Amino acid sequence: MTLYPPLQFYLYLMNTYSPILSGIKRFFIEIGELSYFARRFFKEVLKPPLEFKELLRQCYHMGNRSLFLVLVTGFIIGLVLTLQSRPTLIEFGAVSWMPNMVGISIVRELGPVITALVCAGRIASGIGAELGSMRVTEQIDAMEVSGTNPFKYLVVTRILATTLMLPILVLLGDAIALYGSALVENIKGHVSFKLYFNQVFDALEYGDLIPATIKSFFFGFAIGLVGCFKGYYSKKGTAGVGVAANTAVVFTSMLLFVIDFIAVFITDIFYDL
Amino acid sequence: MIHIKDLYKSFGNNHVLNGFNLRLYEGENLVVMGKSGSGKSVMIKCLVGLIQPDKGFISVMGKEIKTLDRETLDVLRSDIGFLFQGSALYDSMTVRENLEFPLRRHKRKMGGNTDPEPLVVEALQNVGLADAIDLMPEELSGGMKRRVALARTLILKPKIILYDEPTSGLDPITAKEIIELMRSIQKKYGTSSLIITHDVDCARVISERMVLLVDGINYVEGTFEELNRSTDPKVEAFFKK
Repeated sequence: MTLYPPLQFYLYLMNTYSPILSGIKRFFIEIGELSYFARRFFKEVLKPPLEFKELLRQCYHMGNRSLFLVLVTGFIIGLVLTLQSRPTLIEFGAVSWMPNMVGISIVRELGPVITALVCAGRIASGIGAELGSMRVTEQIDAMEVSGTNPFKYLVVTRILATTLMLPILVLLGDAIALYGSALVENIKGHVSFKLYFNQVFDALEYGDLIPATIKSFFFGFAIGLVGCFKGYYSKKGTAGVGVAANTAVVFTSMLLFVIDFIAVFITDIFYDL
Repeated sequence: MIHIKDLYKSFGNNHVLNGFNLRLYEGENLVVMGKSGSGKSVMIKCLVGLIQPDKGFISVMGKEIKTLDRETLDVLRSDIGFLFQGSALYDSMTVRENLEFPLRRHKRKMGGNTDPEPLVVEALQNVGLADAIDLMPEELSGGMKRRVALARTLILKPKIILYDEPTSGLDPITAKEIIELMRSIQKKYGTSSLIITHDVDCARVISERMVLLVDGINYVEGTFEELNRSTDPKVEAFFKK
């Protein structure tokens, strides 16, 4: 029996691209579920009880646990960026523009994105694994049965904590990155720290700092949201905990770049970059 | 206290409960036995609203579970204690914090008292672990974890306690201690208990009535002795040594 040619073509397409199509379908289903999870967060966030004590505990844990990593990464980024850019700027006789270039690139882009990526690895995976193991060991069910709303206690507090702490970590990361850059300039170019930072602050405007800070809030929200989503709905026993931690990092990292693109696009409209 | 009628629950093509029926009376110790994966845990999770059944009627202390809003369900849950199979202690909290946790939401159960300490101490004394109050769950043995979980269940003074495999994963001596503890608690507080198990020794000691869950239905009911004498191959499979 010969099939109608368009049907043959359709079947050929389905056989060839079916795994890809199902992958795309799964991705969009996941996006839909994540949006529903975010909606639930916004519905629950203002409902009493506010769980303020747990929120403070989470803020302390997330800020404190990631601080060292963020500072080390920021310092190295500042050092490396300056060392790598120096020869090219010298070639063009523009080495005196180093503080301006480094300051703007770190505050606008590198600081928020790199801090967020470091925190995605550190915090999102941690939340994914923690909530995943709580799900597997029935601790979330135990909270539910005891009359406590586990979504409010576990999810809302963690998402709020990451949203509030990430901008602080970004600012500290930016500061230490600039210090790393100033150190290189001080050693290699004999530029004093005072002169270096004067030039950095001359170059920076509110238009650099404000969008970057707002962007950091969204990065923090994304890290908390995806980490909690992956952990809270973790399945398949202990193996699922590893999967939750792993996919939380991958998904968050992708989402961070998407948010970054949108943020730069919007900033461009308002500040004419 | 509990009435389940024609309960159905499926996961995909796996039909776990196929019209299960059960009644638990006041002050009674009822044991539900069944093979692993027969749907015992699913059934008690339906009772407290952790799993939504596909079909059927569940009433706990005269209230139909599926008609309750979140607030009313939470209040009802404070009258139902649930001992989880793996104890389910919050591993980021100390024993004290684990016991205080259910009280945060149910202040009326503290009798207007703002200090939870006496209730925590009393609950821990009931399970013989008053010294473990400041330990973390990771510092406790399996049997101690089960006792602390039982204390956490007791702290809200529930009228019904649901035990999900209370002796699983424990050595015979510790299992016996847990069973004794369950009996003494039942005697002291007059609670009704629904015990899910596949441990015949546990069932023999604690049950006043038993239900066998086979193929998603309440296959047979009776006392331990009645079921032990049964010549039905499906019943015998549980009791033969």
